[in-house]
Amino acid sequence: MNSMNDITDSPLGVYQKRKAVFPKQVDGPFRRFKWLVMAVTLTIYWVTPWIRWDRGPHAPDQAVLIDLANRRFFMFSIEIWPHEFYYVAGLLIMAGVGLFLVTSAVGRAWCGYACPQTVWTDLFQHVERFLDGDRNAQIRLDRAPWTASKVWKRMRKWAVWLLISFATGGAWIFYFADAPTLQHAFWTGQAPFVAYGTTFVLTMTTFILGGFMREQVCIYMCPWPRIQAAMTDEKSLIVTYKHWRGEPRSHGKKRAASDEAHFGDCIDCLQCVQVCPTGIDIREGPQIGCITCALCIDACDKVMDQIDRPRGLIDYATELDCEREMRGEAPVPAIRRLLRPRTLVYFGLWCAIGVAMLFALGTRARIDIAANADRNPEYVRLSDGSIRNAWLIKLRNMENRPREMTIALEGLPGARMWKESDTRESAARSITVEVPADQVLKEHIYVVAPAAGSAREDFAFTVQAGGDGGEKARDAESFVRPEESE
Amino acid sequence: MAEQKRIDQPTGTETVGHEWDGIEELNTPLPRWWLWTFYATIVFAIGYVVVYPALPGLTGATKGVFGWSSRGALAETMEAEGARKAPILSAIAVTPIEQLPAKPELMNAAVQGGAAAFRTHCVQCHGSGASGSKGYPNLNDDDWLWGGDLKTLEYTITHGIRNPDEAETRNSLMPAFGHDGILTAPQVQDTVSFVRVISGQEKQSASSRRGAALFEANCAVCHGPQGKGMREFGAPNLTDGIWLYGGDRETLTQTINNSRRGVMPAWRGHLSPTTIKMLAAYVHSRGGGEATPPPAPVETAQAEGGAAPAAAPAN
Repeated sequence: MNSMNDITDSPLGVYQKRKAVFPKQVDGPFRRFKWLVMAVTLTIYWVTPWIRWDRGPHAPDQAVLIDLANRRFFMFSIEIWPHEFYYVAGLLIMAGVGLFLVTSAVGRAWCGYACPQTVWTDLFQHVERFLDGDRNAQIRLDRAPWTASKVWKRMRKWAVWLLISFATGGAWIFYFADAPTLQHAFWTGQAPFVAYGTTFVLTMTTFILGGFMREQVCIYMCPWPRIQAAMTDEKSLIVTYKHWRGEPRSHGKKRAASDEAHFGDCIDCLQCVQVCPTGIDIREGPQIGCITCALCIDACDKVMDQIDRPRGLIDYATELDCEREMRGEAPVPAIRRLLRPRTLVYFGLWCAIGVAMLFALGTRARIDIAANADRNPEYVRLSDGSIRNAWLIKLRNMENRPREMTIALEGLPGARMWKESDTRESAARSITVEVPADQVLKEHIYVVAPAAGSAREDFAFTVQAGGDGGEKARDAESFVRPEESE
Repeated sequence: MAEQKRIDQPTGTETVGHEWDGIEELNTPLPRWWLWTFYATIVFAIGYVVVYPALPGLTGATKGVFGWSSRGALAETMEAEGARKAPILSAIAVTPIEQLPAKPELMNAAVQGGAAAFRTHCVQCHGSGASGSKGYPNLNDDDWLWGGDLKTLEYTITHGIRNPDEAETRNSLMPAFGHDGILTAPQVQDTVSFVRVISGQEKQSASSRRGAALFEANCAVCHGPQGKGMREFGAPNLTDGIWLYGGDRETLTQTINNSRRGVMPAWRGHLSPTTIKMLAAYVHSRGGGEATPPPAPVETAQAEGGAAPAAAPAN
């Protein structure tokens, strides 16, 4: 009836139905490495909010806490204030450069081992295998009609997935509040709505992305496979099928010895395809669906052992090494492949940012002064002819103890200042105030200076904590006077 | 015009039967989802008319089944806001203004409320930063014609300045010395010279020496023998750096010839006493406010000259 139908019904359809993937269980060094990464990352994720850290009476005792309400970020002994957000930005840049570094060195290793999508999908798949059996049993179950037994098995699997998803979504909120308190409030129905909302959203996204969308996320939703192409080159270690060694394929193990010259090592057993979590055939060459988890290497090596051929038909290899091997030359040691301009530049950049941040962190001031000039009016002429300007001064005490701070004028000869709450009689070159622990103190301050001087005279407010030798900070400002013509 | 429907071959679509000069109109119906959306908007519109005030009548619009109106919602919000502020406003109302600074919470609320009232009623003359302009006093500085403590400010705002309808208004009437023929034009110039000498803008001259005697005879009664002004009469200090209208020769000549009669409204009756109190607190907080003087309403340096017992008539 309408043209839309024509398009969707035509063989040139724009949408293809998902082909279910049933990855087979596999064992080997890469699989074991994947287990290790999964154990470490999940442990970090679930345990971190529960680590305690004694910060004294003025600050929370949680080691890692993103305290949005009070606008503080705590990470062990480091405390980040909102105006120091560049540390977080620096960490994000380091994460980005680190990803470039890893990708240029060993390809999509992030995707294959450490990406949350991979970790949770892997966990879900293991649950699936544990409950429903391995690949063949899963395929049979998938094709089976909806009997009571299948319904029960599906419910059972989804329930476990949901449980894991709930634990995942629920753990996230503990990073934003005191974990034991929030846990209690959560179960007694007293937690804020945002806690329940976040838990629900993350539970559902984990359930759907890890349980049902899986490789669709990696292939269609994630932008990284498109970007990583710019990071890798002919010297990056990637999962490679050595076609010159494998082709032409023979079918079945019984390869006639006489045919050895004719056939390659690949016996087309499809083990590499069956274990692949994204359901691709690595023998078709590097492709966007490959997340370099290397499970196909584990599977293929086992088969090579069985048919008594050398391992490494599918292997981590650089494109250049492949070419050398094709010509019969010895491969270059991997370490020499890793040390090349591109990786060194990324590594240097990464280290430079890290060192700069550590330096800044080590030397950063725990006091700060921010002066905000009152520019309505810009200046006031007093009856003795002198000129007065006003500032709103914010003093930050970023330590967990109250501190005495002395604000002083640097430059602006003849000028004196006083707090709004005082009178001009108390005007002086410096003012001492006490700033409470971990607080910002706001003071409205008047500065009076002789009328003679330039229309805009530069000076600075300095602040010093404690006596001489205490921490210092300054803020450069301008003192405004009426123009000559007035 | 052919009225017969037929299938258009190239597109396979039915025509509506209109044909003009060989051009036929194809019957391309709207997508069904579009049509249903359209019907849904009609249903929504009917529902809207039923629920909300919508149809205009002679005396007003229909009320809607829930009786909701944006005006009513505003009134509700205003009422809730009024109820929220009532306790602190009544506390401010019963507290004498000179005791406000001792209660920081009340003082802070008064300053905030005063700032809001200032933005509505005072910025037209005194400017958004209360810095005034020519003829309108700057409220940030430390020079006050009538005094700058809380109580005095409250009085000034309540009764206004030279307000003809207000018996207790601040009133100072400087004679128009030139216009009324009290001083001749050269005498006015001599007086200007003297004023510019005592304000440090000019050096002594023969003119200023003649002006000194004229000042003594005509001006000292209000401005004090040294020209330092007297707050009892709202007479400005002529020796300081602040000029309401300007301290140059031309402006001073005009001032002495014609006098200045700036008027400020009396806000009693327009604003509630509480609002006036809050306005005074806000103005006081602008940085020029003075401490409430202990018993005698005499300020330190300002009123040295004025302290002399000059029992002059008020006008």
